[in-house]
Amino acid sequence: MLTILFDGIAYGMLLFVLAVGLSVTMGLMNFINLAHGAFAMTGGYVTVLLMQRMDVPFLLCLPAAFISTAVLGVIFERTLYRHMYHRSHLDQVLFSIGLTFMSVASMTYAMSSSQQIIQLPEWLKGRTEIGEGTWVLGMGHYRIFLIVICALLAWGLQAILTHSRFGSRLRASVDDQRVAAGLGINVNGIFMITFAAGSGLAGLGGALGIEVLGLDPSFPLKYLIYFLIVVAVGGTSSITGPLFAALLLGIADVAGKYYIPQMGAFIVYTLMIVILLWRPHGLFERKGGK
Amino acid sequence: MESASLSLQAHSRWKHLETVFWLFALLSPWLLAKHALIINEIVIVALFALSLDLILGYTGIVSLGHAAFFGFGAYSAALFAIHVMPDPLLGLLFGAGISLLLGALCSVLILRGSDLTRLMVTLAVALILKELSNKLSWLTGGTDGLQGVMMGPVLGKFDFDIRGITAAWYSLAVTFLLFLLIRRLVHSPFGATLTAIRDNRLRAMAIGIPVSTRIAVIYSISAAIAGAAGALLAQTSSFASPDVFAFDRSADILLILVIGGTGWLYGGIIGAIVFKLLQDVISSITPEYWTFWIGAFLIALVIVGRERFLYPWKWFAKR
Amino acid sequence: MKTCNILRLAALTSSLIFSAGAIAADSFKIGLILPMTGQQASTGRQEEAAARLYMAQHGDTVAGRKIELIVKDDTTVPDMTKRLAQELIVNDKVNVIAGFGITPSAMATAPLATQSKTPMVVTAAATSSITEASPYVVRTSFTLAQASVSVANWAGKNKISKVITLVSDYGPGKDAEKYFSQTFTANGGQIVESLRVPLMNPDFAPFLQKVRDAKPDALFVFVPSGSGASLMKQFIERGMDKAGIKLIATGDVTDDDQLNGMGDGALGVVTGHHYSAAHPSKMNKDFVKAFEKANNGMRPNFMAVAAYDGMHVIYEALKATKGEGDGDALVTAMKGMKFESPRGPISIDPDTRDIVQNIYMRKVEKQHGQLYNIEFDVLKDVKDPGKTK
Repeated sequence: MLTILFDGIAYGMLLFVLAVGLSVTMGLMNFINLAHGAFAMTGGYVTVLLMQRMDVPFLLCLPAAFISTAVLGVIFERTLYRHMYHRSHLDQVLFSIGLTFMSVASMTYAMSSSQQIIQLPEWLKGRTEIGEGTWVLGMGHYRIFLIVICALLAWGLQAILTHSRFGSRLRASVDDQRVAAGLGINVNGIFMITFAAGSGLAGLGGALGIEVLGLDPSFPLKYLIYFLIVVAVGGTSSITGPLFAALLLGIADVAGKYYIPQMGAFIVYTLMIVILLWRPHGLFERKGGK
Repeated sequence: MESASLSLQAHSRWKHLETVFWLFALLSPWLLAKHALIINEIVIVALFALSLDLILGYTGIVSLGHAAFFGFGAYSAALFAIHVMPDPLLGLLFGAGISLLLGALCSVLILRGSDLTRLMVTLAVALILKELSNKLSWLTGGTDGLQGVMMGPVLGKFDFDIRGITAAWYSLAVTFLLFLLIRRLVHSPFGATLTAIRDNRLRAMAIGIPVSTRIAVIYSISAAIAGAAGALLAQTSSFASPDVFAFDRSADILLILVIGGTGWLYGGIIGAIVFKLLQDVISSITPEYWTFWIGAFLIALVIVGRERFLYPWKWFAKR
Repeated sequence: MKTCNILRLAALTSSLIFSAGAIAADSFKIGLILPMTGQQASTGRQEEAAARLYMAQHGDTVAGRKIELIVKDDTTVPDMTKRLAQELIVNDKVNVIAGFGITPSAMATAPLATQSKTPMVVTAAATSSITEASPYVVRTSFTLAQASVSVANWAGKNKISKVITLVSDYGPGKDAEKYFSQTFTANGGQIVESLRVPLMNPDFAPFLQKVRDAKPDALFVFVPSGSGASLMKQFIERGMDKAGIKLIATGDVTDDDQLNGMGDGALGVVTGHHYSAAHPSKMNKDFVKAFEKANNGMRPNFMAVAAYDGMHVIYEALKATKGEGDGDALVTAMKGMKFESPRGPISIDPDTRDIVQNIYMRKVEKQHGQLYNIEFDVLKDVKDPGKTK
């Protein structure tokens, strides 16, 4: 039973890293970026290429995945996305879905459509068991690694957003762009960095997720629904919201499949409808601002 | 933007070219007999997009799960044909009616919350229905799809032929009638209250429009029309599989509607024609990578602007 | 104003449609409908590559007629498959339709084959009932029942008595579960539990944990080829091999296309299937070599060989009818056809039009630094056990 909880948490943590960038662009910048999964996929493929073609160790690949997708994010932000900030939501949807389509096709062209597989280093492969009988807790080492990394990230992000100067500038820019700009905050720059960080996190999530979620060119579309669930349920006010939602989703999904395998997919969706009926703006509503 | 009353007056009159368009459309299965099948598909998609336009374009309710009603209509019509009787028109009515009920039920879910909430709730409904259609395999045939749908002749006279001419004609006729109905609806005082709700819900409430009821009614109507489109698909392809509820279908239809532009009825139709033809032409040239070009098209459309893209001569006109 | 634009658009559209007609007559056309994009895209890639390879090797003229291959992407949507097939038959006047990545696609199209008397060569979809959907269906891939029954027989003889089955929740998966369980229990084995995972399943962890807690002797798995790798990884990560649970499966799980990337954890996994890229025949060696050469080193899998044989069946039927056979004649020529394929000797059952082939028991081993399914046992001439008649 504890094992199930543990697996659920690991799964949820992974979803959190993948989706938090989307939550930031959607909640803070009010931009619907459905191409978020494409950035995650890019991070995944960067890792695969580095590991398969150049034998770069897995741990080095993770920052590489983060940086390369963040750079890609900056490029796209400067050239394409910034023109979209003031367009209607529907145009944003159209634009970002278009981008997703292109990324899927290009990835298929470049890397073929088959599943990509990586070999983890030995120390991440094993499994440790604690306890006896019903309270046995089996932990895959990779999942422990996932939980630690993601928890650190969540904590770091929250700290940056609430306690740093950058965080307060970002919140100011979001609440009222004009006033913020008037106060001398470089709103464009702030948005660019935020967008880059969001994309980078997606890339990192993609890299971390290869082992658990798999990686093929249809990745951005396949997991889009999950990202959206995390964002919608978590609300877009803070880091805690998506984190909590991702954990809830992960645990509900894993536990549901374990205890009532016949009901598999129903549980997640039903849970989402119930939560959204109960709290239409997600679990953690954003007070104030626009 | 023109004021509401002006645009109402301007838009509610039939224009000659509209008549010509529909005349051409209704004759197209004969004029372009070779392409009756794709015409049929485009028409069905157009009708489906039209139903979404009613809630998105006219009432401002976003939905990422409209395939729920499309699929529900498809299965209802297919099951009706198998278990009750093979008459297409009755099956169509049945499919639309059942979807109407489902729409009324679901309308409760979309009254509260933000756009994102509505997107996700509608999406979840469609996905739950998809799972159901997979699980209830004794009724629906599960993932393998519903086999053995035999359709009777339309109006007892016209059999469905392999070239798809009857099918195209049947779908076109149904779509045309529903279009007339919708056109009448959106230009009625009822339609005006819908646009009022879309533009400013609070104000609409303040001048005494029963917002919730109106939304529920138009949502149910939209569901019924989506159901009719689904029924057309099931009847003309004699098949239904859980795929009719798929996320892709809901997302595609949203794309199609947005391509053509929301809130003027022809948006869905133009979007359907453009999207389906592009898909058909490009994917026959490059079956693997057609999504790339569709993606490029979408991006170009957004960046250049819909107006200027679809009507290039406006490029030089004053904006 | 807007209506005016609509009219222009319509005019533009119609001119576009008209220009797309006009294709040379008298060639023999094969319409190959496959999922080239989306989840099943790798199937499409393999099959198209194999079909093209066959044409490159055997020439594009048979019995005086030029063969023309038209490939269409159905995006794995059944009504799309049906529309494409219908257009191919009505407009392009194809002589044979082939492909069909998933069962619903094949099922949706089968009535068309009957109606238009067009032979329909199924080269992928593997549910038993497909060949019963139309008298014009001929299959060159395999059925899940063939593979699962063989695995069940093998398991019964190898000290495996308690098994949990885990299959993807759709047609072929249910077939695999049904025929494995039937045969296995008939041989005195016991099925502890039957699990079905959703087809679009991101995480196998909970299902595998359930299996681990139940401690059977072995876990029987069928998942479509794309998901095989991730299942395998999680099986090992969960330490199930160390807990004494064997993994037995149909060959989809250790798909040749993916096997190499699965790592050494896959070593020793026993599967039953009709094709391995390591099949030790000269014909297969040549086939693998040519295929890898033409496709950037991509290893052919069982999908590729099915399409390759599908083309062979079509070519031979055309030869047998001297290039002028109609649909009925072609299907008649295909019935009972017997030939050597890269996978070994195969034939088309004259009664059911389904494939009769050897099912090999294989174990994953390393050869020349690469992982292969090495065959160690064979069940000869297995007919589809799933046929009702």
